[in-house]
Amino acid sequence: MMFRSLLDQYPYFISTVLLALGIWGMFAKHNLMKKLIGMNIFQVAIILLFVSSSAKFGGTVPTFDTKIGVANPDLYVNPLPHVLMLTAIVVMVSTTGVALAILLLIYRRYHTLDEREILKRMREQ
Amino acid sequence: MNQLPVIIPVSLLMFAFLTFLLGIWRRSLAYPVATAGVTVSLVASVLGLMRVLQSGPQHYFLGGWAPPLGIEYVLDNLSAFMAVLILTVAFISMAYSRQTFLKEVPEKIVPLYSLLLLLLAGLAGIVVTGDLFNVYVFLEIASLAAYAVLCIGNDKAPVAVIRYVIIGTVGACFYLLGVGFLYFATGSLNMADVAGLLPGLYGSRLVVAAAVFIVAGMALKMALFPFHIWLPDVYTYSPSGVITFVAPLMTKVGAYVLIRMLVSVFSPNYLNESFPVTVALGWLGAAGIIAGSIMAIAQKDLRRMLAYSSVAQIGYVALGIGLANPLGLVGAMLHILNHAFMKGGLFQVSGSIRYSTGLWQIPHLAGLGRRMPWTMGAFTVAAISMVGIPPAAGFFSKWYLVQGAVYADNWVFVGVVLLSSLLNAVYFFRILEKVYTAPEAEHGGASLAKDPPMGMLVPMLIMAVGIIVLGIINAAIVSNILQPVADQIF
Amino acid sequence: MIAKHHDLIVSMSCRVMAPFIFLYGIYVITFGHYSPGGGFQGGTILAADVILLRMSLGRKATYKKFPPQMGLILGAIGLLIYGGTGLVTVLAGGNFLDYSYLPFPGLSPSDRRYYGILCVEIGVALGVFGVLLSIFDSLTKEK
Repeated sequence: MMFRSLLDQYPYFISTVLLALGIWGMFAKHNLMKKLIGMNIFQVAIILLFVSSSAKFGGTVPTFDTKIGVANPDLYVNPLPHVLMLTAIVVMVSTTGVALAILLLIYRRYHTLDEREILKRMREQ
Repeated sequence: MNQLPVIIPVSLLMFAFLTFLLGIWRRSLAYPVATAGVTVSLVASVLGLMRVLQSGPQHYFLGGWAPPLGIEYVLDNLSAFMAVLILTVAFISMAYSRQTFLKEVPEKIVPLYSLLLLLLAGLAGIVVTGDLFNVYVFLEIASLAAYAVLCIGNDKAPVAVIRYVIIGTVGACFYLLGVGFLYFATGSLNMADVAGLLPGLYGSRLVVAAAVFIVAGMALKMALFPFHIWLPDVYTYSPSGVITFVAPLMTKVGAYVLIRMLVSVFSPNYLNESFPVTVALGWLGAAGIIAGSIMAIAQKDLRRMLAYSSVAQIGYVALGIGLANPLGLVGAMLHILNHAFMKGGLFQVSGSIRYSTGLWQIPHLAGLGRRMPWTMGAFTVAAISMVGIPPAAGFFSKWYLVQGAVYADNWVFVGVVLLSSLLNAVYFFRILEKVYTAPEAEHGGASLAKDPPMGMLVPMLIMAVGIIVLGIINAAIVSNILQPVADQIF
Repeated sequence: MIAKHHDLIVSMSCRVMAPFIFLYGIYVITFGHYSPGGGFQGGTILAADVILLRMSLGRKATYKKFPPQMGLILGAIGLLIYGGTGLVTVLAGGNFLDYSYLPFPGLSPSDRRYYGILCVEIGVALGVFGVLLSIFDSLTKEK
């Protein structure tokens, strides 16, 4: 019984694996672009966690369906985490945009995106 | 009059877009429109504070939908106090930073003022809102505007800011995870609603995980030791006009969210058996105080020293929250107020020194006390307050923290606070000695120093006078505004 | 990256597809009420359309029709529309963004909320379109 419910919760395990991958990418890689990709994977993992929490067995898309009606809310998937994650996706896109612009500034000045090289060139000045 | 809770953040947002459009049309309109926006919001926040002191907490339903369905804005004592603090410091910094922007980055004035208004809108929104997810939205608005505004200027700023981007985003995402877990456990996103539902869920592991994630996320944002790695580089390399906005305000708002979470949503002793987050916060704060003060003594760059000093001061606030008794909490909140004025004044002084002489290394500052008397006078007042000598404001917040530590029978914390005052004295009086008594150097910079123009001098003096005034009236502030917050909870 | 693509097939097919993508973006904006969609999604599709044109037809041709300074200005105007709708509801007596107080004549409150949401979505879509386009333009502009 417990094994069945653990198996049903597979999105949460995948989300945890992606979270760990994102954090590993952010802190173990030395290229700034790879750190940015790690940050993106981290944020996407959180979005996956929220959206998979809203799913229900036998539920359908949460827009008004005339055949089902509004009597039983169990037949519709929970729309609130979807709405929260729309905002989180906007934040993710904006953060990526700002980070890319900053990376462009760094590249134009130091001509490299490797973190150790940049620190070395900063110290030489 | 009922619309005050929404005017505070939304007017800043609208004026940000208006500043951008009018600034593109005529560049000289950017500064007046931006100042007008900050003034509107400042007046609204002061009126809000007066209304809260007269008639109690104000609740405002966004879109007309009542909670728990809708988003709610709440102005109670703590929110109104923080809103007035943020907008006052912002108003003084707006007046101060005009000359530095015109000198350092004249062609980027229009986007700079729009982004600064967006930053202030985000900060004001965090303190006004009463909905858990709305805090995340405004936190990210403020953070993104801060990332953009902090890397204008010289070459080294983008490298410091990219590290701040990554660490700050991780912190905000941890906060979002924590809010998500709270939603899974209670089914609501409204702070008051969750506070009512949590006692029924005592012992649930999901709620403990949520608390740990929220505290970890906000600790990354407020630069609590050992998560403070991003702070020294960012404060050192950013332009001087910008750092007077960011330094007094960004980390304090993180501390406000922590106070709101640990005190209003989770009541202070809720988590003591399962995972003592308040104890951990207190000890991390104490470690941060000592580590920050020791690192500050070793610095030669004035702004890097002030950055490590900021790490230490956030340690005080965390220690006050971690004590989990009324006196400690009052001390933490009073220290937020005092530190905003002290650090704002100190960074304004360092910006003025840079504007007049182009210097930033401490050994080169010899003899400036005679050439820039008013600037160094403001620096002296702020330094006295940081060390904790009455009647300057810093003494009173440390006094409440010590009283709180004694009440909790935690003599290690008492020792930490007293020792750190000594360490503060070491690194501040070293500068005062060099500035006032050392003979002048012969080479260029210091010999052409004079006091900065009136537009920069008057805000600095207002900050210095404000520190003394806050010290004198601190009893009135505590009894009217801060004590009711602590009394409601304990 | 943003010179005219050397292959004729790519540039011609992008030229043919672009108006339909734009129309689809407008469809997603206005049908956000009862099918997946809304302001942010539609604005992203509009921005993606113009970015596709920039990448396939080159800088010189598209800068005439969609000048690079337009991005942020459209973004600011769109977000002022959003805030303006909220302020109109405040001035008409309700709370911020309470669409039932909008001054449309002769409609019931639920219909006024319906059209109020549409106004806000249009503002948000303009804002998102302008901002995403300006992100692309600032990342690829000539130094």
